[in-house]
Amino acid sequence: MSQAELDKLIRSNYEAGFSTTVDTETLPPGLSEEVIRFLSAKKEEPEWMLEWRLDSYRKWQEMPSPGWAHLHHDPIDFNKVSYYSKPKSLDDAPKSLDEVDPELLATYEKLGIPLHEQEMLAGVAVDVVFDSSSVFTTFKEKLWEAGVIFCSISEAIQNHPELIKKYLGSVVPKGDNFYAALNSAVFSDGSFVYIPKGVRCPMELSTYFRINEANTGQFERTLIIADEGSHVSYLEGCTAPQRDENQLHAAVVELVALPGAEIKYSTVQNWYPGDENGKGGIYNFVTKRGVAHDNSKISWTQVETGSAITWKYPSVILRGDNSIGEFYSVALTRHMQQADTGTKMIHLGKNTKSTIISKGISAGRSSNSYRGLVRISPRAENARNFTQCDSLLLGDTCGAHTFPYIESKNPSATIEHEATTSKVSDDQMFLCRQRGIDPEKAVSMIVNGFCKEVFKELPMEFAVEAGKLLEVSLEGAVG
Amino acid sequence: MLEIRDLHATVADKPILKGLNLTIKPGEVHAIMGPNGSGKSTLANVLAGRDNYAITGGEALFEGKSLAELEPEERAQAGLFLAFQYPVEIPGVSNMEFLKAALESVRTAQGKEEWDSVTLLRQARAACKQVNLDASFLKRGVNEGFSGGEKKRNEIMQMLLMEPKLALLDETDSGLDIDALQTVAKGVNSLRSPERGIVLVTHYQRLLDYIVPDFVHVLSNGQIIKSGGKELALELEKKGYGWLTGEEESA
Ligand SMILES: Nc1ncnc2c1ncn2[C@@H]1O[C@H](COP(=O)(O)OP(=O)(O)O)[C@@H](O)[C@H]1O
Ligand SMILES: [Mg+2]
Repeated sequence: MSQAELDKLIRSNYEAGFSTTVDTETLPPGLSEEVIRFLSAKKEEPEWMLEWRLDSYRKWQEMPSPGWAHLHHDPIDFNKVSYYSKPKSLDDAPKSLDEVDPELLATYEKLGIPLHEQEMLAGVAVDVVFDSSSVFTTFKEKLWEAGVIFCSISEAIQNHPELIKKYLGSVVPKGDNFYAALNSAVFSDGSFVYIPKGVRCPMELSTYFRINEANTGQFERTLIIADEGSHVSYLEGCTAPQRDENQLHAAVVELVALPGAEIKYSTVQNWYPGDENGKGGIYNFVTKRGVAHDNSKISWTQVETGSAITWKYPSVILRGDNSIGEFYSVALTRHMQQADTGTKMIHLGKNTKSTIISKGISAGRSSNSYRGLVRISPRAENARNFTQCDSLLLGDTCGAHTFPYIESKNPSATIEHEATTSKVSDDQMFLCRQRGIDPEKAVSMIVNGFCKEVFKELPMEFAVEAGKLLEVSLEGAVG
Repeated sequence: MLEIRDLHATVADKPILKGLNLTIKPGEVHAIMGPNGSGKSTLANVLAGRDNYAITGGEALFEGKSLAELEPEERAQAGLFLAFQYPVEIPGVSNMEFLKAALESVRTAQGKEEWDSVTLLRQARAACKQVNLDASFLKRGVNEGFSGGEKKRNEIMQMLLMEPKLALLDETDSGLDIDALQTVAKGVNSLRSPERGIVLVTHYQRLLDYIVPDFVHVLSNGQIIKSGGKELALELEKKGYGWLTGEEESA
């Protein structure tokens, strides 16, 4: 991104902080079997899907919410959350952009996501999620020609039940954890991707999420299956309007990389983090996990700048021999934000290899924790892991914590761990300012430099987005 | 262009400059010499506006404007450049990126035409060549892993591009071998012009063999205790600072 852009963004207020007034059909708050039946019926789901949801709900009811993350928040009243909302104007799905609610389009316009342009220029297929249901999917035909399935998970349940039955919950089981169980019971919508054997997906697949309804929980469900020898790069980006109510988000993402496949999953997350007093902001509890079979590769790249609370550990189960797992992360916290994020690399296969690069940036009175687990199972001969955790502090009132867990049950493993904590020094700031660079720009430049190793992993078009979001979040981080 | 009158300044509340007077006119090259700890770097940092360096009395006017009223970046934009004694590293921020931000800001402030990226790259390469730095240094992080001498040459490279009105060079000669010293001197000399003022802060007179100053001042205990022409530097070289300060030299 250009420095001019950075400069503009760092000065701007939280530009995404507005809300539209699209007519919605929203279920009153509260969770029960009836709600799940309603939701499932509304989506005209088959019986087996309803049963799957109900089973998840029963599991969830028996689970305590996790208390071990380095996070502090009031207990969430799950009966104050609304579990279904859908833009009304989309009951008859639009066939093209012209048919889309103009207010909705205006919202995307404000966010700087010109769909028309994306359609024409970038060659990026966009499955736009507005609240809980998919609005429309572009570029479907082109993908279809390649044999790629890219649709909403609701559609996949209708049209590809055999794939859903086989893979949904295969990576993140229904009862995996509290939030995953909740998601499995009430997931609203999300993306489904299937790349056939040997196919290289002809374009980056991208989804923009947006939380709109106050008090509406977001329960996205994403499932990506890369069949043998295939290749896909998936981009996920989010931004949300300014709200006073805390909003709950509990997504589940499952990745399946079959032998020889490669999945690259990139996220830029910029949900409303709350104001300097911690008021408002999104609670983001996400379960992201991939299974890598023989000779396959799964790579997670994330840029996290938003949310009041982030609880997120994109993980890779290195099941197959010679499989590779990667995790590149930038997590920026400011004001009263709390982030507890990291990854798990579970080495099961022989000659498996994982790389973890985590960059935490803390400002204000925020708290930023890296929590990572590297587990080498007894049969994982010659497994290798390299972990690097760097923390950058802006100011004296923020905190950075690193919790690396290493469990090696095979003596042939090679595990390297490096960790650093640094500050944006007065000397660095003075050097920049002495060269005429104003302090805001100087900070953003220094922070961007700190993140470089992660940013270079992002697809080109996404790196710009990442930089932008970082800027918005850095606003006010300087004196 | 620079008028310093009875300047008193503190570093972290400790009085260092104690009534310093100095006038620099366009086109002049001044050398400021003095024993370690006499306040040479303090003077440079006070003029550039570093945090913790406060003017407590007197004034420093740059082109008629009081420097005390300007933020560090405003002083830079006004054409004041400081080549640091200890250039700091900024990991991950490429030299090129850094120069782009600096030049955009300063050139805009000075009403100079904007350089597009092609021009910028061409100019930056030329500047590198002038100080004998490989162009690959433009891609590296600012001072990241540079040797001492490379850092100093990098400072001069930046100075060549920034085209300051007043350049302050703080011990740019220290840690340079004779070849690097000559390279740096050539760079500085190429900037000598009737419009530009240059202040060389140095401990040794060695640099002054290559950049011949118009005036030499001796700083001691926060004041200029003697001023003269270039021959003063030679005299100092022979007799040591003790000759003027009446103390044994510690360095
Ligand atoms: N950050 C600082 N805090 C306290 N004292 C300082 C600081 N920086 C410099 N000084 C003191 O100020 C005096 C002048 O230092 P300096 O200007 O660096 O001298 P010179 O450059 O002539 O060697 C010295 O006594 C030094 O110890
Ligand atoms: Mg000094």
